[in-house]
Amino acid sequence: MAVRDYLRERFLPHIWCPGCGHGIVMANLVRAVERLGLSQNQIVVISGIGCSSRMSGYLDFHTMHTLHGRALAFATGVKFSRPDLKVIVPMGDGDAAAIGGNHLIHAARRNIDISAIVMNNRIYGMTGGQSSPLTPHGDRSTTANAGTIDPPFDLAALVMGAGAGFVARATTYHVKEMIDLMAAAISHRGFSLVEVLSQCPTYYGRKNKLGDAVDMMRSYKEITAPAGSRKLADNPSCIARGLLLEKNRPEYTESYLKLAGGSPKEGSNDPASLV
Amino acid sequence: MPGQVKFLQGNEAVVEGALYAGLEFFAGYPITPSTEIAEMLSHRLPNVGAKFIQMEDELASICAIIGASLAGSKAMTATSGPGFSLMQEGIGYAVMAEVPCVVVNVQRGGPSTGLPTAVAQGDVMQARWGTHGDHSIITLTASTLQDVLTMTVAAFNLAETFRTPVILLLDEVVAHMREKVEMPGPAELEVVDRLRTALPEGVDYHPYLSREDGRLPMSDFGGIHRYNVTGLVHDMWGFPSNDSSVAYDLLHHLVDKLENRADQIARYNTYFTDDAEVLLISYGSAARSALHLVEQRRLRGVKLALLELNSLWPFPRGTVRRFCQGRNQVLVVEMNRGQIYQEVKKAAPHPEKVFLANRFDGSFISHEDIWRVLNLIQGQGV
Repeated sequence: MAVRDYLRERFLPHIWCPGCGHGIVMANLVRAVERLGLSQNQIVVISGIGCSSRMSGYLDFHTMHTLHGRALAFATGVKFSRPDLKVIVPMGDGDAAAIGGNHLIHAARRNIDISAIVMNNRIYGMTGGQSSPLTPHGDRSTTANAGTIDPPFDLAALVMGAGAGFVARATTYHVKEMIDLMAAAISHRGFSLVEVLSQCPTYYGRKNKLGDAVDMMRSYKEITAPAGSRKLADNPSCIARGLLLEKNRPEYTESYLKLAGGSPKEGSNDPASLV
Repeated sequence: MPGQVKFLQGNEAVVEGALYAGLEFFAGYPITPSTEIAEMLSHRLPNVGAKFIQMEDELASICAIIGASLAGSKAMTATSGPGFSLMQEGIGYAVMAEVPCVVVNVQRGGPSTGLPTAVAQGDVMQARWGTHGDHSIITLTASTLQDVLTMTVAAFNLAETFRTPVILLLDEVVAHMREKVEMPGPAELEVVDRLRTALPEGVDYHPYLSREDGRLPMSDFGGIHRYNVTGLVHDMWGFPSNDSSVAYDLLHHLVDKLENRADQIARYNTYFTDDAEVLLISYGSAARSALHLVEQRRLRGVKLALLELNSLWPFPRGTVRRFCQGRNQVLVVEMNRGQIYQEVKKAAPHPEKVFLANRFDGSFISHEDIWRVLNLIQGQGV
């Protein structure tokens, strides 16, 4: 199927600005789903609030556009209720790391089988360009005209510390890597997080004089390096990309089934439909 | 076992009612004085193939039950004042997205951390207006544990019937007291199952298109119909819209579906209302003291009556108006600064005859407290 076959064309055009990276992320998410051979009825996409969170509406899966920061809590309800479904949560950096930070670390701690795709454009786009917890120290925004004095989170390290079993980082420039990482994240049994550097030329790029969308995407080539690479070792300021961690831990819904005597409720948990 | 009598705690009666109604998913966070509900369900639910999860906070608890409900489960959470405050954003989402769920709030003294172990009924208006924006809501309450059980079942039934969150507004005294409850047999109480669409695959399903009777059939996530759910103003597809006519129709629908059926939703008990000169109106544990006073004074020939409200929202205006008719005085008994008193004044044919007997200091209101107020308003001294 083509990418467009997974989209609700009735709901288009999308709201994203010209040059925004989120459309690339959406197309690659669809490509990852297609590669895994998952049926659309098997997938629930749950998002919070923000530019990236509008993605859920455009996708022809079971979709839920929820509250700012709370998508993972809604997703936990869906996944725990129906462990046979694949639950994917597209998030923004403010959504995931600020207002939703507590839900993020607890979803990682439980290791519930949900895939979080965090589009990190380093700014609040929907509200017009304010600093986020992932805005690099010293960078400018509409709430930090002289450059933010706040240090940022390392989101990947944060969820690793919280217990996530799969952590990766991609960029909108490295498209093939992104698809591979998304497919691996969705296949992983447990909580997975893929952070995707996604350009916001409208606010973050303009405020920090980073050029247009193409310039910003090219910069991802310079400021990132594959995890474990020589380039990364030689350039400590580079951001690691690729698979950062994969380990197996007991998955939450499976642990619960064992606690409950391994008898899934009739009709809601058909083992045949488990991936 | 049908007809079996059990000696239960109030929070336990909620658990029994919820299981009777078919509870399949509970998410919660510990808070006094509702914690026993979560504790008991953590033991009971895994054994019946249902789900229990302790979330990281009350924000997450309400969101998790909404997600579970959309995935097809009958879902509930339980909390008290501070947690109920945190749940308001999720309750608003459930109102807007029309997701059935039950939220138990065992009231304690407030505001803020207040009096965690003391009784209060100060969250009545928060249950009505706690979440932002124009909306309507269903709120049930009870004073006996038999009624706690049946109102819990009713809460699930109303949630499913109207695709709405239902608040079960109890209080510390009701939740922690113990008394006997006659357990209902199978099919003795009505249990409303979820209305699911019968549309086959390939036929467009509109999640927000009402049937002629006003009900909206649902389709579980993971089923054959894929659709969008959002907290934004949305059309019949569940797709966001900025169109003012779409917003007008949606807000009308959300309010009218409950307010126009206030009579169908109204639940109440009456005691000695046929010939009473003075009517007491009360609810929750305060109604126990009100009833005690009525029964005690009836023995001495004083014509007192009690209207006990088991549903507070939508406010049973017509019922209250009818029972207030022709009384010398109406005395509202509650443990707050007059939250239902104001509603009764609005509904009563003679608002100047409506008075308030209340406590809001964490002490349980006694029948003597009420009697003193009644004597004062009748010019009988203390």
